[in-house]
Amino acid sequence: MNFKTDRSKVSGLGSAKSGASHWFGERLKSVALIPLTIIFILVMAPLIGKDHNVVIESFQNPFTSISIILFFLITFKHLEEGLQVVIEDYVHSKGKLLFLIIFNKLFCWTFGLTAVFAILKITFAG
Amino acid sequence: MVELTLPKNSRMTVGKTWPKPEGATNVRAFKVYRWNPDTGENPSLDTYFLDMDKCGPMVLDALVKIKSEVDPTLTFRRSCREGICGSCAMNVDGINTLACIYGLDEIKGDVKIYPLPHMEVIKDLIPDLTHFYAQHASIMPWLETKTNKPATEWRQSIEDRKKLDGLYECVMCACCSTSCPSYWWNGDRYLGPAALLHAYRWIIDSRDEATGERLDELQDPFKLYRCHTIMNCAKTCPKGLNPAKAIAEIKKKMVERTI
Repeated sequence: MNFKTDRSKVSGLGSAKSGASHWFGERLKSVALIPLTIIFILVMAPLIGKDHNVVIESFQNPFTSISIILFFLITFKHLEEGLQVVIEDYVHSKGKLLFLIIFNKLFCWTFGLTAVFAILKITFAG
Repeated sequence: MVELTLPKNSRMTVGKTWPKPEGATNVRAFKVYRWNPDTGENPSLDTYFLDMDKCGPMVLDALVKIKSEVDPTLTFRRSCREGICGSCAMNVDGINTLACIYGLDEIKGDVKIYPLPHMEVIKDLIPDLTHFYAQHASIMPWLETKTNKPATEWRQSIEDRKKLDGLYECVMCACCSTSCPSYWWNGDRYLGPAALLHAYRWIIDSRDEATGERLDELQDPFKLYRCHTIMNCAKTCPKGLNPAKAIAEIKKKMVERTI
């Protein structure tokens, strides 16, 4: 038997006093991804089918290499934040929720950093 | 996880078809959700027929006529019959609305009437709004002040009063909250559009002195940030209000105080 009042159920554990930076950060990253995605396409499209040397040469330009690194970092961070919201929406069991949030962070950071490592390798090691 | 199908005991069955009125030429069918907690049976969809030449123009007129002349066991809430009390909120023809101000001429074909979606049903068209009201109470829907009470009234400029337009008119009918998928999935923690519209009504009130505390209470991934601007709330509001905009304004205030 649960004699908790409805008011108490609504209050729950109280306000988490967080969420604003997650929400605002997600929107800022969306805006940042508009020019970064255009730059990504402009850089990568001409390289399709080109020689290995041409690709390496194009990444020697710091603007190209930094833009692509930013594109991957922000894309994966944005993905992580967005997926977390989807998980919170649809998964209600506490255990599954915690597992999926951790898995999501691990997945996004691993793939994001792998992409950054690949760009750095192309830029510095050829 | 999200429930994509109704629980076994909520699945609809075909209900009773009531006799047509004798001698009527202008007959219309009304398919109405019925559920009685005392019988232990699944909910059903009863079909009633009314003589439209002898029926008022609104959905509520038809329901009152059914209750008075056909089936006195049909149960629904109603009071003011002019869209100000919010009692007769229900799902009519797929839209959450107030039966008293929704015209029967706006509906094509049979009139389908269900209780507000995704709420526990007490009986027939009456949903349990206890949790919904508790959520409203949680946002402190009153003027909160720290300054000593003035001898007369708390003064407010005409411009500041105008900021409450589009907010104070809410009658707490629950049409918006029960139309919101986020509220369906997370209604236990997400406050929902109605409570958040009321929260903004007090946040924006120039006389209130607890704006910071109000924002503190709302800054929560579930209480506030489950709103994904789906906009069902604004589309369905029978009073023409825009809870989604009020929620967006709260989110803007949250950012405003950090930069």
